[in-house]
Amino acid sequence: MENIISTFRQLYYTCKEQNKPIYETAIDYEVSRGEYTEYNLRLQAKKSLDAMKEAIKIGLTSTEPSPSGMSGNDCDKLQKSFKKSVSILGSTARKIMTYALATSEQNLRMGTIVACPTAGSCGIVPAVLIAFAEDNNIAEGEQINALITAGEVGRIVSNKMALAGAVGGCQAECGVASAMASAALTQMRGGNIKQIINSAALALKNVLGLTCDPVCGLVEIPCVKRNPFLAIHAVTASELAMADIISKIPVDEVVDAMEQTGKLMSPLLKESSQGGLAKTKTAIILEKNILK
Amino acid sequence: MRQSSIIDIISPTMAGPSSSHTAGAVRLGLLARNVYNAKPDKIVFKLYNSYALTGKGHGTDKGLLAGILGFSVDDKRIKHVFETPEAKAINYEFEYLEDFNRHPNAVDFIFEGGLNMTISGDSIGAGEIILTKINRFSVNLDGKYNTLLFVYEDVPGVISNVTRIIQEDNVNIASLHCDRSGKGKDASMCICLDGEISKQCLHTVSDLKNMYIVRYIKKLES
Repeated sequence: MENIISTFRQLYYTCKEQNKPIYETAIDYEVSRGEYTEYNLRLQAKKSLDAMKEAIKIGLTSTEPSPSGMSGNDCDKLQKSFKKSVSILGSTARKIMTYALATSEQNLRMGTIVACPTAGSCGIVPAVLIAFAEDNNIAEGEQINALITAGEVGRIVSNKMALAGAVGGCQAECGVASAMASAALTQMRGGNIKQIINSAALALKNVLGLTCDPVCGLVEIPCVKRNPFLAIHAVTASELAMADIISKIPVDEVVDAMEQTGKLMSPLLKESSQGGLAKTKTAIILEKNILK
Repeated sequence: MRQSSIIDIISPTMAGPSSSHTAGAVRLGLLARNVYNAKPDKIVFKLYNSYALTGKGHGTDKGLLAGILGFSVDDKRIKHVFETPEAKAINYEFEYLEDFNRHPNAVDFIFEGGLNMTISGDSIGAGEIILTKINRFSVNLDGKYNTLLFVYEDVPGVISNVTRIIQEDNVNIASLHCDRSGKGKDASMCICLDGEISKQCLHTVSDLKNMYIVRYIKKLES
């Protein structure tokens, strides 16, 4: 029997035993399962990374409205504001917010994006990873390592629960994306294995119960703006983890709590657009005007 | 049960806006297209639950149709698929239903034509999909393996004949799923394969007696 890695605990001890970083252990594990070679994995990760960069590039300059007409120019507004007024954020944090909006606006235009882990949450991992890499001259190989680290976090969570708003609410989409992004960031910052896993735990723990209640049933409100929010959330988690602040609830138990929370959440709040924001007075008016 | 891979999590590159409702829909359509493997006179798409309630806004209808037409998940034509010459050349309609015994993101493809076939599937998250039923048989097709699908008469020896021919082609079987409508009646079998079978092998299994439907369904690219 192969050595199975389906929990963060198993991941941590495998890394420790073999004295390898998470991305190497993750690659070894994938290769041991016989479906990919290391070359395939790195190539796939590079393709995703390139497509993420392309989506950001197009998203930064586009103001094309979404098919519903409800959004599409927020990234433009944010860039203009950052140019003319003083922000309390540093330049990398500003870039992260901008890139997250650029990507998620591309998504709602039915543009080409990378589902990471899902399309609704597509802005979070690329924004954190690519903005930090650009500002800190992180080589492409290291960016790929960070993306694989993020992928490993998502993979382990997905062993417990499906990463779909209809199954677990937004905690399973943007929440998991944020945990993945924080792990990638902590990896690039030179965090140790404990810090990387802990950053994912902290990010996840603080989005439990996040509902999926999209207005008019569209991946738009609140999804587009949620991407920059949870990108910054990932930074917060990484900062805490780098300070060796520990999640008192171990990460695997956080995942268990998340799974349970997803099950307890009413179907009205899981991508059915039958409750929450989707049933507010304004949402109902929007629905009448848009879905004619 | 197959565990998901890192690649499932950090891909696919796709047309937005929803992995389960857009990319998943395209992939369900692609797989159903490969299973049906003929030109139907008409297709009815039955969308259930979240697919029915939020499918329009997410382009689920566009995705399902694009998949049936053979477009990949990152095809730029998906956004305007209804206006493509490919779509205009076929008959189709959409129905929107609720059935809480079904998965939140469930669909039925009802193919009418020389061959009538109903294929059911679920979009289970992050663009991952599964076909659960073909006509009245339960199946387990996720598009991750090259798969041989058989519908055949339930008589002794069919499974061993088929697996022997695959063995002679030196291809390993990753999983095997069987079901039947009743003893001695119709049965179905899905065989997921590591690698590719030869044309000769496909001919040989297709020519076995007692077979009603034989399909070789290539794994989905993304």
